[in-house]
Amino acid sequence: MRLTCTVNGTEQQVDDVWEGESLLYVLRERMGLPGSKNACEQGECGSCTVYLDGLPVCACLVAAGQAEGREVGTVEGLAAPGELHPVQQAFLDAGAVQCGFCTPGLLVATDDLLARARAEGRTPADAEIREALAGNLCRCTGYEKILDAVRLAADRTAGDAR
Amino acid sequence: MEFLQPATWAEALEAKAASRDAVPVAGGTDVMVAVNFGRLRPSLLLDLTRVPELQQWDTEDGVVRLGAGVPYARVITELGDRLPGLAMAARTIGSPQIRNRGTVGGNLATASPAGDAHPALLAADAEVEVASVRGTRRIPVTGFYTGVKRSALADDELIAAIRIRPPSGPQQYSKIGTRNAMVIAVAAFGLALHPDRRAVGTGIGSAAPTPRRAPEAEEFLAGELDGLWDSRGELPASTATRFGELVSAAAAPIDDVRGTARYRVHALSVMARRTLTWAWADYRKEATTCA
Ligand SMILES: Cc1cc2nc3c(=O)[nH]c(=O)nc-3n(C[C@H](O)[C@H](O)[C@H](O)COP(=O)(O)OP(=O)(O)OC[C@H]3O[C@@H](n4cnc5c(N)ncnc54)[C@H](O)[C@@H]3O)c2cc1C
Ligand code: FES
Ligand code: FES
Repeated sequence: MRLTCTVNGTEQQVDDVWEGESLLYVLRERMGLPGSKNACEQGECGSCTVYLDGLPVCACLVAAGQAEGREVGTVEGLAAPGELHPVQQAFLDAGAVQCGFCTPGLLVATDDLLARARAEGRTPADAEIREALAGNLCRCTGYEKILDAVRLAADRTAGDAR
Repeated sequence: MEFLQPATWAEALEAKAASRDAVPVAGGTDVMVAVNFGRLRPSLLLDLTRVPELQQWDTEDGVVRLGAGVPYARVITELGDRLPGLAMAARTIGSPQIRNRGTVGGNLATASPAGDAHPALLAADAEVEVASVRGTRRIPVTGFYTGVKRSALADDELIAAIRIRPPSGPQQYSKIGTRNAMVIAVAAFGLALHPDRRAVGTGIGSAAPTPRRAPEAEEFLAGELDGLWDSRGELPASTATRFGELVSAAAAPIDDVRGTARYRVHALSVMARRTLTWAWADYRKEATTCA
């Protein structure tokens, strides 16, 4: 089947999509956007986290056809090409990246958390950070540095408009 | 495999009647796992996310009619006050990503004994509204679960909505797992106090072939509370303990990778006692805030 949706602000159209295919497969294998990672294909790890109509979801659990006409946002769309988003910069500065496999999902989940907190004019408390990232697993860095990165990004972007 | 995306409820029901082995997909958090792992290859995937009625909730004669396709995240943010027990259960489900997609309708159709919506729905006396081209019927949730991952849904039917009366008293939900997020319950318990009817509702999860109530525990507690609803007096500790024992006696758990039957029985008695203690404390506090 044919799938048309908006990805990172640009309309994309792909053909020969298998009806049982996930949005994650379409992004990685058909649209050339390998940022979102495939680790578990069962919603457990969060490395495939993307925005679907503005909400973070596991792309591996979205049937491709369910994205028809919808807006998808991936890690590739966080910053302009060649630039780093403040959340990406904070992850680098805090040493929150080792193999980097979990990082794209964490970046999207963190971006969502900070945007929601900013909209309410605050930075998230630690408990809220843990809750927001509960669906993202990292098997090498350890969560302390990841929490450091999220706090750093929150402080650096606190004054930004949404 | 075919993929069909009906835009109306009538079209969805017609499609299900025409291909009875069609697999509906809502949030996909059960269906897509099975498809990804090659365990499910339906002739037709019927995407219900474009049917507007399923994504909405409203109130009719004081009863909340929750569209089958409303994701948990919205149950929590939009209905936390009207459906406290269900919202508490929803908060324990998966992760934010899962709660943004997963639905109560999907939880019901999967009918897993470990599904977290079930104990809350049982305790609240919910009704499941199902429909087909033949018409609409309402199934009390107590009669909905017919076996391990089996339900009363016929092969041409879809779940339209869940009907729940907002509570007249406190509700609680408790779940045991290995961590706070992303766990299938080892055991779970839902409690609803119904002061208007002087009744008690319970729901047991992950400790029997199907989610179930604990009728003897409900009757016992309703009897004990008979003289306490109005006075809102202190609940004797022995009552809470006995209630816990009767709840665990209603379970029929098995040993599996998540826990032993013995542990589940013990856990249920503790959860039932604790949730009752919390709920009764809430009920007593209500009196002081009203006065
Ligand atoms: C990582 C992860 C964690 C999870 N954690 C939990 C948890 O903590 N607690 C818990 O209870 N569950 C959990 N689940 C399971 C799942 O999220 C829930 O069962 C959820 O409620 C399913 O809803 P859905 O909309 O995603 O269903 P789908 O996957 O879309 O569908 C599930 C079933 O329902 C059918 N269906 C869907 N809508 C309808 C309808 N309107 N009418 C008829 N049939 C319908 C489908 O055909 C399918 O059989 C988890 C799943 C994952 C992947
Ligand atoms: S690949 Fe989607 S959650 Fe792990
Ligand atoms: S950095 Fe390797 S999984 Fe997180």
